[in-house]
Amino acid sequence: MIPVLGLVVGLVVGLLLDPSVPIWLQPYLPIAVIAALDAVFGAVRAVLDGIFNDKVFVVSFLSNVVVAAFIVFLGDQLGVGAQLSTGVVVVLGIRIFSNVASIRRHLFKA
Amino acid sequence: MTSPAEHPTNERPERSDRGDGAQPPKPPKQRTSSGSVEGAAAWRRLLRIGRPRATRANALAAVLAIALGGAIAAQVKLTNDRDLGQLSQSDLIRVLDDVSLRASRLDQQVRELEATRDRLKSGVGTGSEAIDQATKRVDTLGILAGTIGAQGPGIVLTIRDPDRAVTGPIILDVIQELRDAGAEAIDIGGVRVVASTFVGDNDGTLTVDGAGVARPVVIKAIGDRKTLASAMSIPGGIVETVRQKGASASIAEQSTLQITSLHTPTPMTHAKPVP
Repeated sequence: MIPVLGLVVGLVVGLLLDPSVPIWLQPYLPIAVIAALDAVFGAVRAVLDGIFNDKVFVVSFLSNVVVAAFIVFLGDQLGVGAQLSTGVVVVLGIRIFSNVASIRRHLFKA
Repeated sequence: MTSPAEHPTNERPERSDRGDGAQPPKPPKQRTSSGSVEGAAAWRRLLRIGRPRATRANALAAVLAIALGGAIAAQVKLTNDRDLGQLSQSDLIRVLDDVSLRASRLDQQVRELEATRDRLKSGVGTGSEAIDQATKRVDTLGILAGTIGAQGPGIVLTIRDPDRAVTGPIILDVIQELRDAGAEAIDIGGVRVVASTFVGDNDGTLTVDGAGVARPVVIKAIGDRKTLASAMSIPGGIVETVRQKGASASIAEQSTLQITSLHTPTPMTHAKPVP
């Protein structure tokens, strides 16, 4: 409940306050969000697998975000930012899909 | 299933593969009370794990979730209302293409509309020109047909013949000579001379178009006055002929002469214009 509530609260707050994203953060925010979503879905799957750990979740969440942002930063520096971003999004998307598939199997036995 | 000790919170920090994957082949050692669950049990576990617990990790997770929600909202907002400054190069090129395409289309439209405007303008010009021409033509034809008054330079020829010796043929000669000399409008004794005018004699009374003409006969002609006057007074001309008949003719040149008599045209019963 807490994560879902937190997500909803964050969404509402974000929509209401209309935060302006700083310029320096704008390239990294989309990838960071995708990486965080990957961590969240991984966490749900871990819960259902019975191997969930709060600390691991927090650490993996933060490290996912940081690594994703770093990859985008590195790609920008190397001049392959767009391609690298696409690659990261693809990889994270695949992971999200496989995690969701696993969650689905747990919850619906299908 | 696995009711009480389901919280696997801090007892296996070594499972570091989970946030970014939760690999299915999990080491058997952390079978605390959990393990893989399915169906209703899985739902129950989700609810239980989501319950608020007063651990620091749980609070951190909540904070992270809030941050994630805010980030998503911000990013969505950013994506929705980003302006040109945040567009990528390819997007900018596409926008530029769109704009230039649109501009060229509008340019073409402007050209077409300008051409139409010019056409209409020149059409208006030729229309008014045509009206001018037609008005002039109407005036000319009206003067020739005697349906409107005329004024201009001309001569006044006065024939005094107490003996009534000047007869129709001489008046006819006068008209002929005046026309030869380029007279554009002729008036004899108050009767407008037109194409159908006839001159007659009725017991010594001169008639023009059937109307009697009092003597002395006053003939007005509008045209080049020098030419008209010389045409009248040349040797063997009208003046001399009249004089031979015992009458006298005098010519007065006038710079402005008015002929106000009008001829009423008879409607055509047979002749129709050729289309």
